[in-house]
Amino acid sequence: MSLQETAERAERPLSAAGASAPPPGRFELAPVRGVLAREWALYRRSWKPTTFAAVVEPIIFLLAFGFGLGSLVGVVAGYSYLDFIGTGIVATSVLFTSIYPGLIDTYVRRVFQHSYDGMLAAPVDVRELVTAEAGWIALRASVYGCAPLLVAIGFGLPPAPGMFAVPLIALVTGFGFGLMGIWMSALVPSIKTIDYIISGLITPIFLVAGTFFPLDELPGWAQGIAQVNPLYHCVELVRGAAFGIDAGAAALHWAALFAFVVVVWGLAVFQMRRRLVD
Amino acid sequence: MPSSTRGEPSALSLRGVVKSYGSIRAVDGLDLEVPSGIVLGLLGPNGAGKSTTMRMLTAQSRADGGEITILGHSVPRESKRARALMGVVPQHDNLDEELTAAENLQVFAHLYRVPRAEREAAVERALRIAHLEDRRHTRADKLSGGMRRRLLIARGLVHRPRLVLLDEPTVGLDPQVRQELWGLVSSLRDEGVTVLMSTHYIEEAERLSDEVALMAKGKVVTRGAPADLIARYAGKTVEEFRAGTDGHEAMERRAEAAGLPTRRTGAELAVMRAEEISEELRGELGRGEVRASNLEDVFVTLTGERVE
Repeated sequence: MSLQETAERAERPLSAAGASAPPPGRFELAPVRGVLAREWALYRRSWKPTTFAAVVEPIIFLLAFGFGLGSLVGVVAGYSYLDFIGTGIVATSVLFTSIYPGLIDTYVRRVFQHSYDGMLAAPVDVRELVTAEAGWIALRASVYGCAPLLVAIGFGLPPAPGMFAVPLIALVTGFGFGLMGIWMSALVPSIKTIDYIISGLITPIFLVAGTFFPLDELPGWAQGIAQVNPLYHCVELVRGAAFGIDAGAAALHWAALFAFVVVVWGLAVFQMRRRLVD
Repeated sequence: MPSSTRGEPSALSLRGVVKSYGSIRAVDGLDLEVPSGIVLGLLGPNGAGKSTTMRMLTAQSRADGGEITILGHSVPRESKRARALMGVVPQHDNLDEELTAAENLQVFAHLYRVPRAEREAAVERALRIAHLEDRRHTRADKLSGGMRRRLLIARGLVHRPRLVLLDEPTVGLDPQVRQELWGLVSSLRDEGVTVLMSTHYIEEAERLSDEVALMAKGKVVTRGAPADLIARYAGKTVEEFRAGTDGHEAMERRAEAAGLPTRRTGAELAVMRAEEISEELRGELGRGEVRASNLEDVFVTLTGERVE
């Protein structure tokens, strides 16, 4: 085997990070873009099933709950049940499209595919890797979070200008739950133990957030728990976007989501570094 | 130990590097200088600390002590800069299965920050290196073992690194494919790229390396050009004797009394530097099978451990 190209190779590395590099250790955007480029390439292979799930699932939920349960319930917390759950499932689909990829894809790539070992041998640091992976998840959640909203509008949810905020709410929530999934993927000792997280944590997050039923009916302690459930704040913001919300309340919900993001970013980076760098 | 050629700084330097996992000392005071432009083979059995050393060079493993410098950058502090200039070919295949050959290369062209305008040409060049121009649109999981390994190597070259780390580049491949990859490594040297290659295959180290560093128990035992090491420790030939009635021990004692190192190879006793066997010793030992000395003889003599 011979390579045609010769001397120039040793003279001039193609990498741009040689001479004019920023101080060592700085968080850079170039590696984030690199990781996103990989995600995009992978997504081009998998967008069909992903999109199918994102669109069909809310339709089934709306049909089952909206018509099935809605015919019994009628009005909930001042909303028609279809309006209530049409906004609720935006939040649940943001949760599912972010925490599952964070938890499972990240685990598979780290443990079985060794993808991150390969990427960290390139000029990519763990926090850039984690930020990019969660960023991609957030972008996807932002787009797919709109699918149930559009479906709900199709089922009769009145469109409102505030709904343009939904992609942003989904982006921030998806970033947080993506990071939470990544953190936990690095916490579990084996893929089997992910079941503890799915049943013990994701299910309560998904239900105790005012998604399918209002929290007022729950005992006080459960309502307290809901306050620290990031999904609850997402649900309130999505309902606020659809039906209007007090500015102060909105600010508090946003603050809760941002605090959540900051905490899980730190935890995800810390735990992934422990797993990937020894 | 020559630390560099013509006074140029080393491409890579490790000094007194130590790394423990719990009570196991994987790397135990490792000193290694790799001058620019050579292929250095890091030869040792499994568990000698080669892979840990490779991981420390990319800062994926943090040394407990010692100093590491790569292309003038101190690691781990300036590791990201060093990584930008280095190409790394991992031992474990971590290609993206669902992506095509070309897409796998494109992803790493991004990760290695090849400027947008040069990315396509860089991918083409890497496909040429891997001899996969006809397979550019084939998904990685549909490529043969040899093709995958070529792609994995080309992926580490996509940004024209000045230094390439090859961690066991041919492990698990059949001999024919292994020889094919050797050509690829040789051509890197011809282009002036510095290569650090870990291997536990004697033949691979002997054929490809300008110099080999023999590694055992986390340390470099000796280093030099393969031919020089063989001449120094094992001489020109090795003679293998069947054990006599008095067993190996007596023969061993006689050979070693004459200053000739020995090693046991199964039922036989191998005597190094067999060309120096005197008439007197010959009378005592008889005649054995003569063969050319190799790096394994050196390795076993120095460490008492075997490599494959």
